[in-house]
Amino acid sequence: MQNSVALPKKKALRLPVTKLLPFLIPIILVLFWQVASSLGWLSSSVLPSPLAVLQDGIELTQSGELPKNLSISLYRATLGLLIGGGIGFILGFINGMSKTCRLLFDSSIQMFRNIPHLALIPLIILWLGINESAKISLVAIGTMFPVYINTFHGISSVDPDLIEMGESYELSKRQMFFKIIFPAALPQILVGIRYALGVMWTTLIVAETISASSGIGYMANNAEDFMDMETVILCIVVYAVLGKISDLVAKSFESLLLEWQTTGRSNV
Amino acid sequence: MTEEMIQVKNVNKMYQDLTALQNVSLDIKKGEFIALVGMSGGGKSTLLRLIAGLEKPTTGSIKVNGDNSKSIMRMMFQEDRLLPWMNVLDNLSFGSKDKNTKAHAQELLELVELGDYADHFPNQLSGGQKQRVALARALMTNPEVLLLDEPLGALDALTRRKMQDLILSVCEKQNLTTILVTHDVEEAARMADRIVVMKNSTNYYEETCPKKRNAGQIGIVADRVLGEILGEKEAQMQTA
Ligand SMILES: Nc1ncnc2c1ncn2[C@@H]1O[C@H](COP(=O)(O)OP(=O)(O)OP(=O)(O)O)[C@@H](O)[C@H]1O
Ligand SMILES: [Mg+2]
Repeated sequence: MQNSVALPKKKALRLPVTKLLPFLIPIILVLFWQVASSLGWLSSSVLPSPLAVLQDGIELTQSGELPKNLSISLYRATLGLLIGGGIGFILGFINGMSKTCRLLFDSSIQMFRNIPHLALIPLIILWLGINESAKISLVAIGTMFPVYINTFHGISSVDPDLIEMGESYELSKRQMFFKIIFPAALPQILVGIRYALGVMWTTLIVAETISASSGIGYMANNAEDFMDMETVILCIVVYAVLGKISDLVAKSFESLLLEWQTTGRSNV
Repeated sequence: MTEEMIQVKNVNKMYQDLTALQNVSLDIKKGEFIALVGMSGGGKSTLLRLIAGLEKPTTGSIKVNGDNSKSIMRMMFQEDRLLPWMNVLDNLSFGSKDKNTKAHAQELLELVELGDYADHFPNQLSGGQKQRVALARALMTNPEVLLLDEPLGALDALTRRKMQDLILSVCEKQNLTTILVTHDVEEAARMADRIVVMKNSTNYYEETCPKKRNAGQIGIVADRVLGEILGEKEAQMQTA
């Protein structure tokens, strides 16, 4: 009897609670942080209050400084990802499809992959100076490898039974790629892209902090010189939000493109 | 022109130093229904894949309809091999936008009694439903030769029986030349015109089935075939 009463109650609670639960800890932390600042437990030179950071954000938005730096950072990030991801995809594609290419390229690519791309910063600055191409190249190099590895792996591990099925049904090379190989590799490719998004932001922050005259990383670095704590924190928050947004975009792409994995009763 | 649809002549197939098939010869007439039975690992799938042109024999020759033409043959594999990212209709038409292709696919779905499932994904189907989709797909291009590699192995007895009748009626209606690989001697005795027992890579035994048969005759044929397979096994055990 008790069970049958408790069950519907549990169900009614489940939806809003599961939606809100992830936000609980961040909200409590920010509230606690605000209270601690207001009561003077936290010196503003150590950590300014959330309200002060928000205030700073509004001012910088009104002055146009934040939007300007944000858009230049976004521009670098997207262009770098498009170039690096594009190259990574093409290399992964040809190496996944052709054994000759794999033998020719793969071990060299793996060798380059083992160099941490941030170690190339001095070299790239020497070659390209501190202009746009330097930062875009760094992002491109950083994002290329995760996309490459996952595309390569995704394509070369397509179920051979399905390929044989395609052969027995005499699919053309084109059909074979678009109907079988690409859809089969897509989940793995998307994993690579999601990973590349993370690398993209980290690379950009470091590059902009070290050498730039614009961008969020520059803003943070510049604020540090002026001991402008609010702006430093603001930049960190902006990064966190950007990272979260790109993750959400990647996730919604996945559920859109991989509808077949989630439709129906499959719970794999 | 001979009336032989499939001619397998002195075929050997080696995988490295493993002999999967040794000196196999088999002639199959147009419209004939052959059942291929035998021990697991006896080379049944291998022979089917060779006939389908998915692999080349090490030596010997295989002729289908005079030469080796893939397009008149369709194979149904041991697993359903449906594409999980396409719905049932697209699995038949491979996503072709052609209206006629889609209409034909829908017709075949009706034939296998899955007319209402066109927009389902494979992971929404039961094992038997998936096999029926795979059968419909094999019939898409109006093949003349149907190669079936244990297509009913994973089904329950009832669904299995229904699928057997479905396959038989399709093969008869379209006068298909059919090779059915199965480990079920009853199934072979029920469906085939001729049963080929692959005892091992070198040893073959053939059994011709009566045209119209009742349960008793099926049982007799099945027993004889089983005896042939097991007899070989017992002989092996004695030498071991
Ligand atoms: N691609 C391959 N590479 C190496 N050996 C293979 C290959 N395919 C099959 N064989 C071997 O050839 C022999 C025959 O295999 P085959 O799949 O034709 O058997 P089968 O009669 O279909 O068995 P089952 O009833 O279990 O499906 C087996 O010993 C198997 O290990
Ligand atoms: Mg087999």
